Amino acid sequence: MLQLDCREMVCPAPIIELARHVRDVAVGDLIAVVASDAAARVDVPAWCRMTGHEYVGEDLAGDEVPRYVVRRVE
Amino acid sequence: MSSTTTSEGSPEPGRRVYLDSASGEALHPAARRALEAALDTAYADPRRLHHAGGAARLVLDNARAATAEALGVRPDEVTFASSGTDAVQRGLLGLLGPGRGSGGEGPLVVHSAVEHSAVLHAAEWSGATTRSVGVDPAGRLRLDDLPPGAAGLAGATVVACQSANHEVGTIQPVESVAERLDGVPLFVDACASAGRLPLPQGWSALAASAHKWGGPAGVGVLVVRRGTRWHDPFPPDERAGERESGFENVPAVLAAAAALQAVVAERAAENARTNALVMRIRRVVGGLPDIDVVGDPVERLPHVVTFSCLYVDGEALVSELDRLGFEVASGSACTSSTLEPSHVLAAMGALTHGNVRVSVGRGTTDDDVTRFLEALPGAVERLRARI
Repeated sequence: MLQLDCREMVCPAPIIELARHVRDVAVGDLIAVVASDAAARVDVPAWCRMTGHEYVGEDLAGDEVPRYVVRRVE
Repeated sequence: MSSTTTSEGSPEPGRRVYLDSASGEALHPAARRALEAALDTAYADPRRLHHAGGAARLVLDNARAATAEALGVRPDEVTFASSGTDAVQRGLLGLLGPGRGSGGEGPLVVHSAVEHSAVLHAAEWSGATTRSVGVDPAGRLRLDDLPPGAAGLAGATVVACQSANHEVGTIQPVESVAERLDGVPLFVDACASAGRLPLPQGWSALAASAHKWGGPAGVGVLVVRRGTRWHDPFPPDERAGERESGFENVPAVLAAAAALQAVVAERAAENARTNALVMRIRRVVGGLPDIDVVGDPVERLPHVVTFSCLYVDGEALVSELDRLGFEVASGSACTSSTLEPSHVLAAMGALTHGNVRVSVGRGTTDDDVTRFLEALPGAVERLRARI
């Protein structure tokens, strides 16, 4: 799983990073955004809905920062 | 693009297009006439027994009667407050009654997840326990989460449900909520819709705000239904009536009433006109890449449309549109001090960044909307290109 470190970023930067790198993983593989920005909790699933990717869910990175996991579709 | 539009889609110099009537509508001409007349005649304290006081009292009572008639309620149910927020606080907290927040099995406020922050803050401030009822992707309260009878509203002291959402325009099923109350009083924040739409039925207390319908700012309307148990949540004012506080701005109240009467008289035609403008914006914006139009497409306020643009900071988009001469609002707060996304957009699962709310009003023309729609794609593309 590719993990993007977006800890210090404010919206919409984590979503921009996600869009930039989603094609770095193969179709069906996972990509994760680690972001402390509160908007990411809503915006990652919304981005998935708008772009056709699959939102897998949320867990925590090693340092307890929220991590949002996406599966590349298409 | 039209000949009066520059290559960047800006209106001609000096021509600005105000598209934020949901924040504050420009003063209605009827309000201006009433205000000018009343400024010279209704300056005295309406509670004094002298002639000038009586003149002010007459103006205040006329304004109350006109407001009641326009809203379809009784004059003795209407109290003028100092703002929509003031009316919200008095309405909601007054229904909670004395002893709110007093430990043990204390009061419980059940509210939609998309209430205005004034409602949420008042509920929190009261010390009552609060329970939020979720909304569907269109922003409409999920009635399935509010089953009829004791299960849905177990222990609720007050239920709060807005008439329509202030950010995305979706109309709430207030009357379906009212059917589930089982005796629990319902507070309705009608600030977003009052004047433009008839009030729903089934509530105990309701708040409205005059500057949303073309009255002056600083006039709120609190309506408390006859027979409702309402207790003043704030320090008493023995000079005033039961629900009043302080010396009303009588000329402004009359202006608010005059604007409300005019807006209600004009609304069949005006709503059809603004609705056509909004439908056009929804159609064109919905066809742009990576933009989500949010809120219910049909069951909504006639003058409000909200959309979110991927990869764009909403506040930067507001500034860019303002530079081009278009004045819009945003529910995004990427660079604000709170860093909290709009609780309305979050509750809907809508994209919280790149959000713009466009609200058309009495002064908005077809040409204004044409120019806005010409300017928007370039504004979004320029901001995306800066990434």
